[in-house]
Amino acid sequence: MARIIVVTSGKGGVGKTTTSAAIAMGLAKRGQKTAVIDFDVGLRNLDLIMGCERRVVYDFINVINGEASINQALIRDKNCSQLYILPASQTRDKDALTLEGVGRVLDELSKDFKYIVCDSPAGIEKGANLALYYADDAFVVTNPEVSSVRDSDRMLGILASKSRRAERNEDPVREYLLLTRYDPNRVKSGEMLGLDDVQDILSLQLLGIIPESKTVLTASNAGIPVILDEKSEAGRAYEDVVARYLGEDRPHRFIDDKRGFFRKLFGGRL
Amino acid sequence: MLNSSSVLEFKSTTFFTPTLVLNSNDIAAIELSLQEKINLAPDFFKHSPLVIDVRELNRSELDFSVTEIVETLRRIGLFPIGLRGGTEQQNSQAQKLSIPVDAGRDHDNSGVAHQSRGAGDVAAASMETPAADETDAESEAVAITSTNAGLSDQSAAPAVPVRSMVVTQPVRSGQRIYAQGDLVVMSQVSAGAEIMAEGNIHVYNTLRGRALAGVQGNTSARIFCLDLQAELVSIAGDYKTSEHITKEMQKKPVQIYLQDHALIINEIA
Repeated sequence: MARIIVVTSGKGGVGKTTTSAAIAMGLAKRGQKTAVIDFDVGLRNLDLIMGCERRVVYDFINVINGEASINQALIRDKNCSQLYILPASQTRDKDALTLEGVGRVLDELSKDFKYIVCDSPAGIEKGANLALYYADDAFVVTNPEVSSVRDSDRMLGILASKSRRAERNEDPVREYLLLTRYDPNRVKSGEMLGLDDVQDILSLQLLGIIPESKTVLTASNAGIPVILDEKSEAGRAYEDVVARYLGEDRPHRFIDDKRGFFRKLFGGRL
Repeated sequence: MLNSSSVLEFKSTTFFTPTLVLNSNDIAAIELSLQEKINLAPDFFKHSPLVIDVRELNRSELDFSVTEIVETLRRIGLFPIGLRGGTEQQNSQAQKLSIPVDAGRDHDNSGVAHQSRGAGDVAAASMETPAADETDAESEAVAITSTNAGLSDQSAAPAVPVRSMVVTQPVRSGQRIYAQGDLVVMSQVSAGAEIMAEGNIHVYNTLRGRALAGVQGNTSARIFCLDLQAELVSIAGDYKTSEHITKEMQKKPVQIYLQDHALIINEIA
């Protein structure tokens, strides 16, 4: 059985798709067969970030409607043979998604894959709800600013009440925090919320802090998940995220200019 | 298998049932206004049992027929299961329709009209509830004034004993919790969340959202929390927004209670 991960946030533009691409690639690079699904039907983006937009023939909706088999629609990543992408349809909208259809696709993928990463659309409507419904784990992507934190909090409420695990009274979805676009200098000057402020409101297990970095944009435009850029701080931060998710103990970095600071702060707790 | 002594047993139980307080004897207007409420929340009101309170009508000496009211309610899908505050003649009409009557004490009436109005508002609001913790939204949701036991034992009313509700998960933004008795929250209550109780509210963590105690008019209800950062606190309808909570009380452990319609916030030493 695959582990189903939803990457969600409520708010748009915080880095869900970048994160989905990065962690899917990170898991796959470690030899875990991984599929990443774009739930943003109508605003297809994941294929661009993954650099496979020119190879899209069939999409998620075709599979749900039975117009294509799952194997026809899955695109194998050109950088990593363990990674497959299921793109969204650009010509349809979220109403084309059905609870039953999504469940069927996930069931089928579960037979073959170790991890399934669901890239949620923004908002709290149908697309976002279906992306999180079947999740086992949730990566809540948050920017260090109040509206993003509030929206993440809302998303956590939905995870706790509307996911399948909640409905069936099973163990709750495991929730992790990913703080993206973090700029230590702006935190210091008070323009941005600090990690402590965010944690005060969300109190989640922190999986990683992704520093604001130009390399993210460059990587997106080039269609290469940023995690493959080992020279970039953001890439290394995502690498840490994947390692921590898989149970490795790594000190948090990029939170401050001084490296050792982090170890002192979180060494005991995480 | 069945031992003769266990075929049945009598127990004393308290039920909560919505009470419909009538302020007018205009049947058409009643039907119209009920229909509007029902349209707001069709599932909530479907087959809902209720007690008809006619004390106000009798006090205003308005003339009406119990039979007519009952028929109207039944026609729009409600189950009248009791009559409160009827005259002898009205009570006998009700009994002919197999509707029990509450001949009991005439309670303090001053708050009645007010309560029913408040209750309606909550009922409408409750419907949008996305919250998880509502185990039984139907019976949990609202317009509920306590009604005496004997009445509803034979009815189809969903039975909800009053007890305190304990919530251990964080109450996140957008979630809403309603407790019929006291509400105890062990985790934080986020900004944008709403917790309501007919009794007291205890939050053993940070309270950032809205907390409304005594929502059915219980003016002696109190709110306790360890860290007050609430957007709004209210007891029996009297409220303060965060703007009106003094700085000295912010982020402090406090208790909040009502004194002569004024909300008092005290630090718990």
